[in-house]
Amino acid sequence: MLFISLVIFLVIKLSPSDPTAGLPLTIPPDVREKIRESLGFNDPFHIQFLLWLKQLVYTEPKFWMNKLWGTDFEVGQRMISYATRSPVMDLVVQRIPQTLWVVGISYIVGILIAVPLGIISAYKQYSIFDQIGTFISMIGFSVPTFFTGVLMILLFSVTLGWFPSIYDTTHEITDWNSFLFQVKQSIMPIMVLGLFNAAQISRYMRASMLENLTQDYVRTARAKGVKERSVVLVHVLRNSMIPVVTVIALNLPSVFGGALITEQVFQVNGLGQLLILAIQGGDVPVVQTVTVIFAVLIVLFSLIADVLYGMLDPRIRYD
Amino acid sequence: MVSSTLRQLSEDEKSQAGQAHGADNVLEVRDLQTVFETQDGTVHAVNNVSFALKPGELLGVVGESGSGKSVSMMSLLKLLPMPPAKILNGEVLFDGRDLLQASEDELRSLRGGDIGFIFQDPMTSLNPVFTVGFQLMEPLRIHMGMNKKQARARAVELLELVGIPSASDRLKDFPHQFSGGMRQRVMIAIALACDPKVLIADEPTTALDVTVQAQIIELVKDLREKLGMAIVWITHDLGVVAGIADRVAVMYGGQIVEYADVDKLYDDPRHPYTRALLKTLPADEGLRMERLVSIPGQAPNLKGPLVACPFAPRCEEAHERCWSANPPLFEVQAGQKSACWLESEDTAGAA
Ligand SMILES: Nc1ncnc2c1ncn2[C@@H]1O[C@H](COP(=O)(O)OP(=O)(O)OP(=O)(O)O)[C@@H](O)[C@H]1O
Ligand SMILES: [Mg+2]
Repeated sequence: MLFISLVIFLVIKLSPSDPTAGLPLTIPPDVREKIRESLGFNDPFHIQFLLWLKQLVYTEPKFWMNKLWGTDFEVGQRMISYATRSPVMDLVVQRIPQTLWVVGISYIVGILIAVPLGIISAYKQYSIFDQIGTFISMIGFSVPTFFTGVLMILLFSVTLGWFPSIYDTTHEITDWNSFLFQVKQSIMPIMVLGLFNAAQISRYMRASMLENLTQDYVRTARAKGVKERSVVLVHVLRNSMIPVVTVIALNLPSVFGGALITEQVFQVNGLGQLLILAIQGGDVPVVQTVTVIFAVLIVLFSLIADVLYGMLDPRIRYD
Repeated sequence: MVSSTLRQLSEDEKSQAGQAHGADNVLEVRDLQTVFETQDGTVHAVNNVSFALKPGELLGVVGESGSGKSVSMMSLLKLLPMPPAKILNGEVLFDGRDLLQASEDELRSLRGGDIGFIFQDPMTSLNPVFTVGFQLMEPLRIHMGMNKKQARARAVELLELVGIPSASDRLKDFPHQFSGGMRQRVMIAIALACDPKVLIADEPTTALDVTVQAQIIELVKDLREKLGMAIVWITHDLGVVAGIADRVAVMYGGQIVEYADVDKLYDDPRHPYTRALLKTLPADEGLRMERLVSIPGQAPNLKGPLVACPFAPRCEEAHERCWSANPPLFEVQAGQKSACWLESEDTAGAA
């Protein structure tokens, strides 16, 4: 983890970007220099890195503890974004709900579409349903989200005018109508991401079901007089879910990657957009922090995947 | 409606069968023919197989690997993957009903209920993610309408019956926590769960050591007498068959080549393949053979209908006729049939 953040740090530092480049040209060079100094931009690399690290694991937790539980820790200089001059963590916390909303719901939508699709496709292998399903998921799989996103905007916003093309993040849910609006404006980004997820997961689901349907224990279940429905939805599904659940957990971080692009297309100001703007503006602390958050997520979800695997498969037990 | 016409049909069958065997058959199979339609051709796995079982009878089925023993028996309850498998022809009469014409629901109510099935491979035949208890209680709850508690009690009873120690503790264990022999016994317990009228046992004792095997055989003998269970016992072990079977079907190339009462078969084997099989029996009787492969030559190619005797290439007594036509089963004497052209002269006609 430390290593990842160090590498990211060096990569960003090596690129010739200047946090003051975005400031108005009228600011004289010596003021510019002062600003750089105050941001700690002129310190040696390792000092900057260690400072950032200290802020991330020491200063920030104290600040949030104070805020959440009313504790009274001494809080030093918080991590400051070069571009906006506000604490990085405040930015992140502001952006997280939008991203979670879009990513989370699209993932759930994806799973809800993918699992039944995979089951039916496998059970009725080579049927029309399976072939259409395969075709659509091939498309979902291979066409990038920015393309489907733009396509959807063209179709549903520009041509049909059903949904807004731009996600209004300042929108607040106060009553039923504003909730409906929230749903309406989320539909497209969620569908774009959701379909992408569904395409992937349904392939895994189908493959896993197919493999299990030919196993000997399926014949045993049938020979016991178990209803076909239970044979498929209890005996086979339970076995097929083991690898699929793992894939679902492992894939989640990469969905954040997909969200990055989708957020850009629909102008959702979530974490992804924050990251992209920060990269463009050379805002090192923000880039650092957001990427480390992504890295933490990846590690976290692979752990979750392992735990789930152990829970679902009785043959694997961590004693 | 349907069942009454089926029953009607069965009366005729029964009277016919009655002439041959003198009692009602619980299971009668006629001219069963099953093929696999694969990418490189049609595999004729089962060719015109017929046999009959009365309550309490035990039919031993022997034959080398690939001779179609498992496929024949799985065809009875349509337990084969279809496609690729396809039952082209035949009748499977159980209690007068033709199972090949029965609806999926009717079949399901028989599977695991009146007809129990023990599969060949105990290592893969149990579902790895459910407890043995769950898998054993499933048929009880489906067919006997038991609640959880009753099913549990019966499950413990069954595990004890097949000789699994501390049965009530083991119900919550998963299959991987059992040895191969133990799993085999669990499979047997599942098949016996609902006191079936017919038990089809596909090499039920191969994974067991000799003493356990003897126990299981005793158990089966016992159940036969008590419940009048009819049994089809597939095995490679001619020694076992001699000890428990009433009748034996010797299979080769997907067909029954000799079908005889057990003493007649051992005293006077008529088909050259049966004779070859018996020759491979170790002199020290009771010794187990792993596979019946010690006969020289190759197993027949089943890609295509049989136009010659499938055993001819390996037969010492093969003559011209064996290469030009596949012999039907000839009745050699009462209670013994053999599918060999050598029998055609001294018997009046084809059976
Ligand atoms: N799914 C399948 N597709 C194609 N052919 C098959 C399939 N299953 C079985 N067969 C063929 O059917 C024939 C009979 O197989 P079966 O399993 O009945 O043999 P068996 O007598 O039970 O052998 P064993 O003693 O090894 O169990 C074999 O030639 C086999 O190749
Ligand atoms: Mg077999």
